[in-house]
Amino acid sequence: MERILSYVDAIREATDQQMAEDPSVVVFGLDVDDPKAIQGTTRGLAEKYGPERVFGTPLSEEAMTGAAIGMALAGLRPIHIHIRMDFLMLAMNQLVNVAAKSRYMYGGQVHVPMVVRCMIGKSWGQGAQHSQGLHSFFMHVPGLKVVAPTNPYDAKGCLIQAIRDNDPVIYVEHRILHFQKGIVPEERYGIPPGRARVLEEGRDVTLVGISHMLTECLRARCYLETINVHAEVIDPIWLSPLDIETIVKSVKKTGRLCVVDNGWTTCGASAEIVTRVIERLQGEREVVVHRMGYAPATCPPTPSLEDLYYPNARTIASAVYDLVKGGRNHWLPEEREGLQEMEFRGPF
Amino acid sequence: MMSKAIYERFYRSLYRIRRVEEEIARIYPSDKIKSPVHLSIGQEAVSVGVCEALRPDDVVFGTYRSHAYYLAKGGDLKKMLAELYGKATGCAKGKGGSMHLIDAAHGVMGASAVVGTTIPNAVGYAYALRLQRKDSVVVSFFGDGATDEGVFYESLNFAALKQLPIIFICENNFYAIHTHLLSRHKDANLCGRVRAYGIPAEQIDNNDILKINERVKGVVDLLRAKQGGPFFFECLTYRWKEHVGPNDDFHLGYRSYEEARTWVEGDQVRRLAALIAPQSRERIETQVEEEIRAAIVCAEDEPFPEAQELLTDVTGD
Repeated sequence: MERILSYVDAIREATDQQMAEDPSVVVFGLDVDDPKAIQGTTRGLAEKYGPERVFGTPLSEEAMTGAAIGMALAGLRPIHIHIRMDFLMLAMNQLVNVAAKSRYMYGGQVHVPMVVRCMIGKSWGQGAQHSQGLHSFFMHVPGLKVVAPTNPYDAKGCLIQAIRDNDPVIYVEHRILHFQKGIVPEERYGIPPGRARVLEEGRDVTLVGISHMLTECLRARCYLETINVHAEVIDPIWLSPLDIETIVKSVKKTGRLCVVDNGWTTCGASAEIVTRVIERLQGEREVVVHRMGYAPATCPPTPSLEDLYYPNARTIASAVYDLVKGGRNHWLPEEREGLQEMEFRGPF
Repeated sequence: MMSKAIYERFYRSLYRIRRVEEEIARIYPSDKIKSPVHLSIGQEAVSVGVCEALRPDDVVFGTYRSHAYYLAKGGDLKKMLAELYGKATGCAKGKGGSMHLIDAAHGVMGASAVVGTTIPNAVGYAYALRLQRKDSVVVSFFGDGATDEGVFYESLNFAALKQLPIIFICENNFYAIHTHLLSRHKDANLCGRVRAYGIPAEQIDNNDILKINERVKGVVDLLRAKQGGPFFFECLTYRWKEHVGPNDDFHLGYRSYEEARTWVEGDQVRRLAALIAPQSRERIETQVEEEIRAAIVCAEDEPFPEAQELLTDVTGD
């Protein structure tokens, strides 16, 4: 029988299995050993592996990130956890100036195998500083890898891969994705960088969704099906290195690309993906493109504005409809029951 | 009282660093050195005093003013000069430069141009050493400028909390580029601030290499015996040259030669020279001069990196 696990338990299992296999893996961050255990993702690890390998830290993001780098230089494989991605702004010097650059600027004498787990928040009034998807900041910097798994299967495989990787990996979680359930094999497996996945096939338009927006894209696809528009939905999984070939291949077929990011569009992952696709296909295939993401504003906590701030399945479907039909058609599907809980369970 | 042999060791290391940097200053106007240089001339005693108390498997992290501790810890001179020249045989294949010297095999773990940045890296390294049940120790070198940075205090706190085998060495030369410590802090009692984190702290005045060595040796023994840690030393010292580059800068007016005079008169290179026999001194100087000359010839002759190096080592795959 196929085993169903939550995203949270998939992360916990990946960490547990890698810690059991490799004594150099250590886990730390504020509250990793407290009763809530980072939404349950670190539950039981401190008891099993002891306080030297699993420990809570002072609220010192820059120093603890720097310490993670030092540990990695000494041969450990640290996993440093932040309950919100927004806090990484305090660690940018270490991530950008040291973690990303050490291998290169020291001529290959050292490498920095570390994983930075961080979560994007949404709703419950998360507001300005608990909601940001800043993955594009890290995509910008050579030497960093960035991954944003969207389902429990990838959550496990990508974390195992990230821990094994010899470079710093920014592992982007989304708080809402934590509740996802799906098929997760018990054995250890990696999801290698630079391989996107076509989750649903379709002939009319290519829909690329990042992090939690992938789920919204899958829902949008259901709305579009009702009007005979068939969307191909792609999960890039790894944002850096990015598998542009899979997306290019799809757009070559559909001629239409909509990238929906869990972040702002300006200079963001959507800008990068669209640009790379056009660079590849210009002169060969006529392509129309569209980008969606956070409204160009600071995230408001009030629900009436927050609803407008994020793309959702219906607004995505509406935008894709315009992309397919041309012009502004003002079509917006009626809210459909049952789609809220939709998630991709596998198998893969 | 230390033995003559130890004085000779200290003198060799001090003289070697001084002369390497004087040669760098001499060559610099030729534009053959493709890297901004932050010379340690005047401050060598701190690096030598500390590193002579360490074992080869101990590890140091430092700053962009990197030449002195790199050489004092045993970093390869030929690779260092080749790095400054931007050559493929440099310690970082010409991709680091003077501000990012590294020699992992000799425990020199790298340096940052951004002030204070390597302090937490050193702390993390110390954490790993203890987890790995090794008895090596870590030294974190930084200037008084780094004590303006928040990460310094965060790092002290974590190192103290976990009682890590690390020695913090603040090379207090009084200036962050051109701004004096007293223009940056209301209270310049650095050791007092460090003690507030639960870390023993001591100030060592006069650039005194023998005292620095003796004190550091003492705490290294304690760290190896798992008795306490971390420790902090504020070593008062003085940079003779400009912040970056090969020249004097007393004409700028932010400091006076009068201020420098006592430090120049207390030069530790000269002090150690007087403690050893003239024939030993001559032998050491001849050997060092020959080594430096050969390393410069080597750096000049080596090739620049090939084009494919541009994208090599960005990531591991």
